[in-house]
Amino acid sequence: MSILIYAEHDNKHLKSETHKLVTAATQLGDDIHILVAGLDCAAVAEQAATIAGVKRVMLADNPAYAHQLAENTADLVLDIAEGYTHILAAATTTGKNFMPRVAALLDVVQLSDIIGIESQDTFVRPIYAGNAIATVQSSDAVKVVTVRASAFDAAQEGDSVSVETLATVIENTQVTFESDEMTKSDRPELTAADIVISGGRGMQDGEHFAMLERIADQLGAAVGASRAAVDAGFVPNDMQVGQTGKIVAPQLYIAVGISGAIQHLAGMKDSKVIVAINKDPEAPIFQVADYGLVADLFDALPEIESALGS
Amino acid sequence: MKILVPVKRVIDYNVKVRVKADQSDVDLTNAKMAMNPFCEIAVEEAVRLKEKGIATEIVAVSIGPKACQEQIRNAMALGADRGIHVECETFPESLQVAKILARLVEQESPGLVIIGKQAIDSDNNQTGQMLAALTKMPQATFASAVEVEGDSLKVTREIDGGLQTLKLSMPAVVSTDLRLNEPRYAKLPDIMKAKRKPLAVMSTDELGVDITPRVTTLKVTPPPARSAGVKVETVAELMAKLREEAKVIS
Repeated sequence: MSILIYAEHDNKHLKSETHKLVTAATQLGDDIHILVAGLDCAAVAEQAATIAGVKRVMLADNPAYAHQLAENTADLVLDIAEGYTHILAAATTTGKNFMPRVAALLDVVQLSDIIGIESQDTFVRPIYAGNAIATVQSSDAVKVVTVRASAFDAAQEGDSVSVETLATVIENTQVTFESDEMTKSDRPELTAADIVISGGRGMQDGEHFAMLERIADQLGAAVGASRAAVDAGFVPNDMQVGQTGKIVAPQLYIAVGISGAIQHLAGMKDSKVIVAINKDPEAPIFQVADYGLVADLFDALPEIESALGS
Repeated sequence: MKILVPVKRVIDYNVKVRVKADQSDVDLTNAKMAMNPFCEIAVEEAVRLKEKGIATEIVAVSIGPKACQEQIRNAMALGADRGIHVECETFPESLQVAKILARLVEQESPGLVIIGKQAIDSDNNQTGQMLAALTKMPQATFASAVEVEGDSLKVTREIDGGLQTLKLSMPAVVSTDLRLNEPRYAKLPDIMKAKRKPLAVMSTDELGVDITPRVTTLKVTPPPARSAGVKVETVAELMAKLREEAKVIS
């Protein structure tokens, strides 16, 4: 079994998803290779080379891969795909974007967003927004798989392997990068944070999210939101936790003014400890919360803030 | 410009899904079915492009059992001009759907395919990308804004951590994210008119696509239940529990 992992990174830092994918890969075999594709990302490849269990790291460093556009990325992966039994990428917007192309061009089905590995051809994945869990077996020769990283623990650091440079440059001219607009934040990323505090429709407007942000800063937490809060225009979509947003599994998840719609629960119910603060004692969120506080959030949040400050 | 919009028949998103006792699948008996929400957004975007005079014709496609014609009629009530139903007994896998759509793209030569980013049943999020790869059209997934500028397309995409804007040549494939638009409701006169719009039916054999499954579902189970914990009375009690019992904050 030979496994290729596509590294998740931002050209500067290797993301923790990659460490989690290595753990997933070790359940499939021990010949684990990592591909780092980007621009000026040699440091990322060096970081990948120190993950325990990784045998080989390949680096494709070229302006063509700067924004990891699907067309170029998929063709680069295909260029080196021969010999691999499994190709893995994180089920992030990068992985979801290019991996189905890899699968289609290899003429295989993609197994999306897996949360468990039963054997080399059998995987566990949520369907129907996490309301059912399917165990599926693929008969394809190569398994192209996107992995829900939060379902796996991060691999440890180990001895470093050397980094090989790939000279292949693939540049599709049908599509070009224009611009990006990244949310600026000193807080940890939602999917990587140990603590997440999220607000729902109960927050009433976007300005009240400042109350969550202050607590988040005291806890070193990330701030999330329910789809209801996003749809109401309180906060941008990239803060959304849920089946159609980010899937998180932190040590502590604090749901504030969130009723607990199925679609939200699908994004956070694997958190280790869940706290719910809601003034409606019948809110479904209390059915999954380890600690429930029936209270008006506008009373509770300032109290929490001062309790953390003392 | 012609726009091709695939629409999938799925369980209505408000319906609570239950797993069959024999663990073979989810139980859809008598469940209310509807157009996949991301496909509704795709139809809406196509209709808006037509209203702006950019698109000239919208073709709605659905693949699956005969009942899928309901969703095609729905798309036509919302503004699609005609429909194509590729009839098969079951819903094919994403790769097969992409191959069927690729054949239809060959036949119809659309300038744009607008497709939902994922179906809320299988949650695969892959058909649009596969179609783009198979047809060699450029792709812009998870779109939150689409602008046609002459013969190219500017698409803003929802990506982790923010937004990304791409410029694509056409023909192209765009997959829709939630914030692209808010779909309208069909009006009664439009629902009546949709019944008279043309709907062609074809088979997967006619299109030359093999729909033998590659993936076998071994079992489907309910997700592990999480039980309700305790209710605390005060913030002070909550903080004490988090510090001393759960040990998740210091």
